[in-house]
Amino acid sequence: MSETRHRIKVVVAKPGLDGHDRGAKVIARALRDAGMEVVYTGIFQTPASIVRTVLQEDADVLGISSLSGAHMEYTTEILDQLRQEGLDDVTVVVGGTIPTSDAARLRELGVAGVFGPGTPTAAVVEFIRSRAGRLRTAIPDGHP
Amino acid sequence: MERLIRDGSAVTETDTVDAWRKERLTEDYRSIAPRKERFSTLSGTEIEDVYTPEHVANLSYERDIGLPGVYPFTRGVRASMYRGRPWTIRQVAGFGRAEDTNSRYKYLLAHGETGLSTDFDLPTLLGHDSDHPVYSREMGKIGVAIDTVADTNALFADIPLDRVSTSLTINASAAVLLAMYLVTGEESGVAGAQLMGTVQNDILKEYTAQNEFIFPPEPATELVVDTMEYAAKVMPRFNPVSVSGYHIREAGATAVEELALTLSAGVTYLQRASRRGIDIDSVAPRLSFFFDIHKDFFEEIAKLRAARRLWARLTKERLGCRDPKSWLMRIHAQTAGVSLTAQQPLNNVVRTTVEALAGVLGGVQSMHTNSLDEAYQIPSEGAIKVAIRTQQILLHETGVADVVDPLGGSYYIERLTEQVEEEALSLIDRIDELGGLIPAIESGYVSRIIADSSWRQQEAIEAGRDIIVGVNQHAEEMDEATNQFETFAIDPTALEKQVARLQEFRRTRDPHRAGRALKEVEGAAARLTTNRMPFIEEAVRARCSVGEICDVLRSVWGEYPPSVVF
Repeated sequence: MSETRHRIKVVVAKPGLDGHDRGAKVIARALRDAGMEVVYTGIFQTPASIVRTVLQEDADVLGISSLSGAHMEYTTEILDQLRQEGLDDVTVVVGGTIPTSDAARLRELGVAGVFGPGTPTAAVVEFIRSRAGRLRTAIPDGHP
Repeated sequence: MERLIRDGSAVTETDTVDAWRKERLTEDYRSIAPRKERFSTLSGTEIEDVYTPEHVANLSYERDIGLPGVYPFTRGVRASMYRGRPWTIRQVAGFGRAEDTNSRYKYLLAHGETGLSTDFDLPTLLGHDSDHPVYSREMGKIGVAIDTVADTNALFADIPLDRVSTSLTINASAAVLLAMYLVTGEESGVAGAQLMGTVQNDILKEYTAQNEFIFPPEPATELVVDTMEYAAKVMPRFNPVSVSGYHIREAGATAVEELALTLSAGVTYLQRASRRGIDIDSVAPRLSFFFDIHKDFFEEIAKLRAARRLWARLTKERLGCRDPKSWLMRIHAQTAGVSLTAQQPLNNVVRTTVEALAGVLGGVQSMHTNSLDEAYQIPSEGAIKVAIRTQQILLHETGVADVVDPLGGSYYIERLTEQVEEEALSLIDRIDELGGLIPAIESGYVSRIIADSSWRQQEAIEAGRDIIVGVNQHAEEMDEATNQFETFAIDPTALEKQVARLQEFRRTRDPHRAGRALKEVEGAAARLTTNRMPFIEEAVRARCSVGEICDVLRSVWGEYPPSVVF
């Protein structure tokens, strides 16, 4: 039954000094409207502060938003720190101005999905449901 | 207004239009239904089928429209407009190290650009040096890295600063960059009084739109006032603030919200100056403005005309400015980055052309046209050349710059101008009721307005009510081949070289003078009514870095926490 199902929890994060937050806020709102629990970190976060938020919030999904060209550096470091904290099961997605070649490299590093400019919010919602929903099928509510 | 129609009987204009609506228009719609359920501007203002004299019946030609160069300046800030001086082609550029950007400037000037504009990297914008332990990885990525006056000297090498005006797109750390520009000018033989240009330095929109703030709004606003007072004395041809709606609009606000929030910021800076005992007529003439030119053609033209009229009225009637130069709104404009698509990027040339045309018909003084590849990278040289050529074609080939305010008197444009002005004024008044712009920012009211409007636009796109060609209609599978334009890459050794220069610069300066200068900045920061600029200027002369000076200000004023409203 839907009411006994786990509510997906998402942390939407802005690493570094990048102030472009329109996309992050729109995605946060779309995920919340789709019934997910959403925590938005605000801008100016470090990899360490983002991983700490994921840990404290016990999030299923981490959405990283980057439009400053520093997505490779920050995402690599966040993935490393998630691993160190034993948070390998968190689904990580990245959105923003990510060149195609970088998107492929991010997937190799373990990012589940990369969303570029013009992606409909519905596509992001659906992707997160399919990934995070599957992870939580082990929750003993008897209705995978 | 009475007119004679065919049978010779006198009827009013309204009767005629009503009859036309009832008969002709309804008849047309019977055979062909309207394309949309509701027609509105991009900002959501409902618009009618056709505009007639009844829509401008409330307007007075003398009071509201008048002639160009004459109060309230609806039709332009100068009488001759582009028949005399064309608008300045000012493409913003900045990446990597100062030398990299200097080469780009020379490329732009060689291709007909007429003014310079600098984008800084994030560490510089936020007052950190390139050797910062965490943020060094953002060095040179979205703009040029500037740590010290050695960098500004390299940035403007071989450029005649008394003849080319320069715009510096920087805010939180703008006071430091303004002082660096002064010192670089002097070191190249150009005195402060000869320097021309603009520093963006509009901190208030940072808290709600561009998000590059350091200090809390109160001390940061006082620092803006410092630069206004200082520039009036030391660099009288320089604009110390470019009050900006661009970022507010790009963050999702409507045209009306962009206008209201921008003018509200302009009023706030002047009120703060007045509170400090500064004669506002000594600083108001050097405020300049920066707007977005979005894709709704007529709404943008109306917005630019309304902006000039409303600013003239606010400065004259509300703030009591007496110098006619204080009433003038000089405008820089940029086509809408947010309207560009990563999909089918050649289409961006068309979008940018139409937006730039609206800028010209709206009477801007300088303009940046976006490059076709800007949805995903710093523009390549080929793409930026097309952007410059777009402005040159408009100026030289189309005739649109040959008549002043050619759309003046259009029923639709005049009505829309009036509507935009009225709605913007009512939001300005609402902000005043909340205690002014700073309290409205601190309470989250402004962020909420922008987030809500942004969300409404996203919904309209996703529901297919707003069509974006190549994205939600006529979309194609992303074809790698069609997207393979020149790619842009930053020198991978830039960081290493930059840090080496910074450290060498620190090693060779007089440590006592530098230390003393920073102490004095700290002392001045604690006294809110002391103008800090002379102390910051001395720190720059003493070879202190952007990071060092901003760290001292941080230690006194603290940092403003980012908003988590969405």
